Amino acid sequence: MSSLPNPAPMVTSSSQAFWNATAEGRFTLQRCTSCDVVVWFPRKHCPDCWTETLSVFDASGRGTVYSFTIIRKVANDYKAATPFVVAYVELSEGPRVMTNIVDCDPESVTVGMPVEMVFHDTGEGNALYRFRPVGN
Amino acid sequence: MTIRGAAFIAGIYEHPGRDLPNHTIWDIHTEVAIGALADAGLSMSDVDALFCDGTAGFGVLTLCDHLGLRPTFVDNTETGGSSYLAHVGHAAAAIAAGKCSVALVTLAGKPRTGSPPVKWAAGPETGFETVWGTASAAHSYALAAQRHMYEFGTTSEQLAEIKVAASIHAQYNPNAFLQKVVTVDEVVNSPMVSDPLHRLDCCVVTDGGGALVIVSPEIAKKLGKTNAKILGHGEAVKHTSNGRIDLTYTGAVWSGPRAFAEAGVTVKDVGYASIYDSFTITVLQTIEDLGFCEKGKGGEFVLDGGLVAPFGKLPFNTDGGGLCNNHPSNRGGITKVIEAVRQLRGEAHPAVQVPNVQIALAHGTGGSLGSRHGSVTLLLGQEDA
Ligand SMILES: [Zn+2]
Repeated sequence: MSSLPNPAPMVTSSSQAFWNATAEGRFTLQRCTSCDVVVWFPRKHCPDCWTETLSVFDASGRGTVYSFTIIRKVANDYKAATPFVVAYVELSEGPRVMTNIVDCDPESVTVGMPVEMVFHDTGEGNALYRFRPVGN
Repeated sequence: MTIRGAAFIAGIYEHPGRDLPNHTIWDIHTEVAIGALADAGLSMSDVDALFCDGTAGFGVLTLCDHLGLRPTFVDNTETGGSSYLAHVGHAAAAIAAGKCSVALVTLAGKPRTGSPPVKWAAGPETGFETVWGTASAAHSYALAAQRHMYEFGTTSEQLAEIKVAASIHAQYNPNAFLQKVVTVDEVVNSPMVSDPLHRLDCCVVTDGGGALVIVSPEIAKKLGKTNAKILGHGEAVKHTSNGRIDLTYTGAVWSGPRAFAEAGVTVKDVGYASIYDSFTITVLQTIEDLGFCEKGKGGEFVLDGGLVAPFGKLPFNTDGGGLCNNHPSNRGGITKVIEAVRQLRGEAHPAVQVPNVQIALAHGTGGSLGSRHGSVTLLLGQEDA
C-alpha cells in the first residue's frame, strides 16, 4: 500500500469556512444555538429544528470507528493505494463522518477502535481530515 | 382515501437481452413499452400517463417525444433502483384521483455496452463523501454489512446463503445472466471486493430494461385476464440524519408498515416476496426491516433454504433476482415488480412457482445503504384479495 492521494474536495459557499479551517489543522463543527445539536455536514441551517443560527467550534479530533471497509480494487486515483480503508468515524461530539483510516495495516482496523484525526494537505488551500489509531 | 384496489398491474415485460450493443437506451424503452402493452392487450394509443426515472435524458420530456406520447399525467420520481416501485404507487394514486387510466412505467439502461454512467449533479454532501476513494456502490454497502456483522454477529456464510438461493432460482431462467448454481463456499471464496462483501455478494451488471402497465379497475375488467391488484404502497427516504447515520437498518422500517397498513394485510399473508438485491446485505437487512424476522436475526432466517422457492419460509426473487438474473441499468426495481406479478398470475417457472400465491410483496432500495436511499414497498394481490 502506498500513501493515499489527497484530492481536493468540492467546496461550496456553505462549506468554504469549514475547508479553510482545515488548512490550519482545525476540524470545526457547527452547533445549533436553538436545539444545541451538533450539525454534520456543514450547512446554513439546523436540519433538526431549522433554525438558521449556528455557532462554530473546534472539534476534539477524537472518535471511534463506527464501520469500515477495505477497498481492494478501484479504477480512480486511489488505484495505486489499494488496499485502503474507508470508514465512518463517530466523533466524540456525536456525528459520524466518512473518512479514511491511515497509518496502520488495513487488516488491523476494527469497529470500535479509538482513532485520532490527522490532516493531509491537498495543495489547494485545504486539507483532508483522516484518522489513525490512537497511540500510533 | 387509500389506493387499495384503485388500480391493477395489467401488463409486464422484461427485456430478454442482457448485452445490447446495438440498442440505444431509447430503443430499449420502446421495446419494453410495446412489450408490456401487448402483454396487457393494449396499445401505445391507450397510454395517458408516463412514468420514468431521471436517466432517459430530460426524463419524461425526452421519452414522450421519443415514444410519440401525449399523456395527461407524467412523473419523473427518481429514487434510484426503487423508482419504479414508487411509480406504481404514484400511478395508482393518479388513477384513483381520475388523472389517468392507463399508466406506462419504463426502465432501460446499458451499463455493459455503452451508455455513459449517469452523472448526478453534486449535492451539499459531495465534498465530504467523494474524496475518500469510494468508486462503486459495493464500497458503500460494505459499510452497512460490516456494522450489521458487528452488532448482530451476521456472517459472510449467512450472506452467501442469499446468493445461493438466488442462483438456485436462476438455473430455471433461460435469460438469467448467471445460470449456474453456486455454493456458500464459492461465494465466500470469491474475490473480496470491499470487505466484507465478495464479488458474489454483488448483483450482476446487465443491459436491458422492463416495463409495467397500470390500469383503472374498469379497464382491468375489460381486459378479462389475471391482473395484479395493487393493495398498498409505502415509500420513505433514509439519509444520513444529520451525521447520525445508523447503518444497521433500511428505509423499509418505514415503507413496510405504510404499505401493510394500506393493504390491510400482515407479513403472515405474504406468499411470495421480491426483495431488492443489489447486494446480499440489502436482502438481509430488508427482510428484517419488513418484519419477516426480528432485527438482527436475518442471518438465521436465510439458513436452510429459507428463501428458496417454492417451499422456503419466504420464497424470494424466483427469476434469480439482481444477484443472478438481471439488474438492468444498475437498477433492479422493475424486475422486482415483474416477478411478483408473474407469481400472482402463476406464470413463474414451474420449478419455482409458489402454489396459490394470494399476496405478493415487492420491495425496492435505491441509492445506497451507506449514505441515503429510497425505500418503496408494494403489496399486490389476486383480484379478490
Ligand atoms: Zn436545531
